[in-house]
Amino acid sequence: MYVPGVALGALAVAAVLAAISGRGLLLAIVYPITALAAVALGVVDLAVLLGHEGFSALLPIGLPTIGLHLRLDPLSGFFGVVINGGVLAASLYGMGLDRARDLTPRVEPLFPLFAAAMNLVLIADDAYAFLFSWELMSLTSWALVVAHHTSVENRRAGHLYLVMAAIGTTALLFAFGGLAGPAGSYGFDTIRAHAPAPTIAALVLAAAVVGCGSKGGLIPLHAWLPLAHPAAPSHVSALMSGVMTKVAVYGFVRIAFDLLGPPAWWWSLPPIVLGAITAVLGLLYAVFDRDLKRVLAYSTVENVGVIFVALGLALAFRANGQPAAAAVAMAAALLHVLNHSWFKSLLFLGAGAVLHVTGRRDLEAMGGLIHRMPRTAAFFLVGALSISALPPLNGFVSEWLLFQAVIAAPALPQSSLNFAAPAIGAMLALAAALAAACFVRVYGIAFLGRPRSDEAARAHEVPLVQQTAMGALALLCILGGLLGAFLTRALTPVLEELVGSGLPGSGTGPTPFSLIAFDASRSNYDAAIIALFVAIASVVTLAIVHRLSARRTRRGPAWDCGFPEPSPTTQYSASSFSQPLRRVYGAVAFSARETVVMPPPGDLRPARFSVASIDYAWTTLYATPGRAVLRLSERLNTLQFLTIRRYLVLMFAALVILLSIAAVTV
Amino acid sequence: MTGDLVVQFLAQGAQMFLVLLIAPLAVGVVRRVKARLMRRRGAPLLQGYRDLAKLLRKESIVADSASWLFRAAPSLIFALTWVAAALVPSFASGLMFNWAADVVALVALLGAARALLALAGMDVGTSFGGIGSSREMMIATLAEPAMMLIVLTLAIAAGTTRLAGVADFFIAEPLAVRVSLALSLVALIIVALAENARIPVDNPVTHLELTMVHEAMILEYSGRHLALIEAASYLKLVLYLSLLICLFAPFGMAPATAGVSGWIVGLLVWSAKLLAGAALLGVWEVSIAKMRVFRLPGFLGVAFVFGFLAILLAFLTRGVIQ
Repeated sequence: MYVPGVALGALAVAAVLAAISGRGLLLAIVYPITALAAVALGVVDLAVLLGHEGFSALLPIGLPTIGLHLRLDPLSGFFGVVINGGVLAASLYGMGLDRARDLTPRVEPLFPLFAAAMNLVLIADDAYAFLFSWELMSLTSWALVVAHHTSVENRRAGHLYLVMAAIGTTALLFAFGGLAGPAGSYGFDTIRAHAPAPTIAALVLAAAVVGCGSKGGLIPLHAWLPLAHPAAPSHVSALMSGVMTKVAVYGFVRIAFDLLGPPAWWWSLPPIVLGAITAVLGLLYAVFDRDLKRVLAYSTVENVGVIFVALGLALAFRANGQPAAAAVAMAAALLHVLNHSWFKSLLFLGAGAVLHVTGRRDLEAMGGLIHRMPRTAAFFLVGALSISALPPLNGFVSEWLLFQAVIAAPALPQSSLNFAAPAIGAMLALAAALAAACFVRVYGIAFLGRPRSDEAARAHEVPLVQQTAMGALALLCILGGLLGAFLTRALTPVLEELVGSGLPGSGTGPTPFSLIAFDASRSNYDAAIIALFVAIASVVTLAIVHRLSARRTRRGPAWDCGFPEPSPTTQYSASSFSQPLRRVYGAVAFSARETVVMPPPGDLRPARFSVASIDYAWTTLYATPGRAVLRLSERLNTLQFLTIRRYLVLMFAALVILLSIAAVTV
Repeated sequence: MTGDLVVQFLAQGAQMFLVLLIAPLAVGVVRRVKARLMRRRGAPLLQGYRDLAKLLRKESIVADSASWLFRAAPSLIFALTWVAAALVPSFASGLMFNWAADVVALVALLGAARALLALAGMDVGTSFGGIGSSREMMIATLAEPAMMLIVLTLAIAAGTTRLAGVADFFIAEPLAVRVSLALSLVALIIVALAENARIPVDNPVTHLELTMVHEAMILEYSGRHLALIEAASYLKLVLYLSLLICLFAPFGMAPATAGVSGWIVGLLVWSAKLLAGAALLGVWEVSIAKMRVFRLPGFLGVAFVFGFLAILLAFLTRGVIQ
């Protein structure tokens, strides 16, 4: 109880100090204080997750007669570990920022506040505290997005983010209104005691999907995310993309699994359907984008989709009284939350390093960075392979659990879920394959090959403390892959709290590293054995090759089929890499059309190639209503310039209309 | 118990070296069958071994612009493919690996090898490497979902994702009765052709054609690096043939407790089936033409649709049974 209080207080003090000290010395201590507070909070969260007694408190601040309820249970503890790990890495990265160039008085005061707000959401135990800290989180992150407000692009991103955050919070307001019921009980414990009626529950669920989905980036509520996440400074992007989306997941889990009472089976459909669409479309957006940070942001959209699919499956199993399968799906969701916070933070910090030394976010301006930033390149590679769900790294563990949950879906009695499950399996597999293509593209274009610009050719390694932040996350990705079985066992208290069962097969395998979903005869993934065998195979291979081969190696110019061309523009570019994918998938998803204008023979003009594509989510859901609102407001604008007599007439007419309505209805 | 574990370990190790030993022969059979059907004499059956030995003896040339990834990738690709090949039960089920991983992990291990190969193809910074990597990943996005659907179908039918368990299930139950498994077989054959860069998806004997995929990625490799990548591709062919045998023709496979004599019988049966499969592949390859790259979505789409129908049927029939 006291440790989190002190830590949150320290964050607030750091924010105030940074705000009043301007560019002074105190700015330098913001990141160390945030890092220390994150460690303290994370340790408390971890202790609660591992079985220590949590706390609950009632503070006499907040709304009168209600007070401020705080509580830390295993679920909050788990998300707290996720969030404070990300905050710690981002703070470490922040310590390495160039104080003359990168520190801005618009970022440093808000950074600890943002961290504190996310922690507050997790321990809020009444609707008012929850919404207050949620809104604080939105506003601080919005202010961080527009920290570099001079660019039009950032201002536009900030504007859209503010609108979407407002919509999301309004939806959550309705959700909690529904949960509170006519009695208006705001405390989570009283809400938990009175499950709402089915129709109210459906409305609450819809509002929660909109409110949490817009913060997490579920398609079609994602539009702000690929604009806002890249616009923020890189360590803030890492927090927003790697961590804040997890707070959105937490909100959904808290409402759907904890507050809303026993689930009905069809509650699972919105998260499953929206999640599966999000998973595939998010990656299709990512694979065609050229901006490194936007690619990462779109990939976050995809991962949130995968998490929501797993949550939906967990709801379906739980509603049908299959706690074992529900536990597998829930473990997949939570483990993916943890894994994604690690590799996405790592990738955003890596992108920040690249952005810092090259000043460019465009993939086409990078290339060959593996030679000049070897450590960053190695860490980024770990992140890229992890996010592609490749063994023996951590992304595969949650992917594996999710497929086990899909295989268990035929046992569900509802035929609509039986029809949906194979489609979901197919979409998840497609998403996994697209993720591999997307990150081979990102890594291959940015870090491999020859430099595509002078900035890339002059790149250099980032400071040691930033390398430490990335290296620690890369290590976590590797360890998380090998120790997945231990992580799922550590999740047992949360699983029991949410679905009433731990992983049924957990700990029954031949070795302690065995990850077992149901029972050992059915399925088993032993990352440590696999890794050991790959290591043995590599050593044996090297020994054999070393013994048999000539062992001579010569450096020479690239062969390139006998016609090497020195210009780096002859390399495959990010756009050319995605061209086959665009022809296969882009034509369906975005109506992408390629046009090639070839000059006639003898004409010396260059050929022209252009691509046109339509973002249907944007044009139908955002652009059209946006235009309608604009037109309507232009019409209504004339109301500003009426004479006083006309205003009086309007008011009188309104009064008459209202009175006649009252007369008819009462 | 410990002695038993040692025997298991040795048997698993023996299988790892067996697949390695037989792989060049299998490729030799494919090439020989193709040559004879084209009325050519063809290279000797053992040419695969000779190629590898020759490549190992030559010096490796590494491009100036290559990084450590380019040099580390061949060993890793080979090791990953090798471990994946050891996952597939060949002559006996119930070997050590069968409890350490399942078929989802197998697909993912191959995915890891492929991602590394595609990255290595882009490392030197030539246009050919890029075109190969880009197309390889495009084909993977078509083939991998189909593969995963097949895997899920089999897992639902057999109630397990362990390959040995699936094989045991098929030994006990004749597969002819299930439509969804027939669909899976067709889909798996298509996926296997795509994954192994065989005709009609890719042509393993061509260089420097605009249609090429796999060969374009490894264009800059030479010497021992190339030997490892070639060996990995031989292994992958054996892996997919073993997978088809294990799933759809598992008769003759030694059970987990067979002991050494049972393993020898299983070994003979498996080798015969493997070489027959290689010969069939040769016949298939001479009787069909290579497709244009952008007709591949249609071809692999068949695998995807078949895989989807298969899993749908598996879901529905299972729902009825329960």
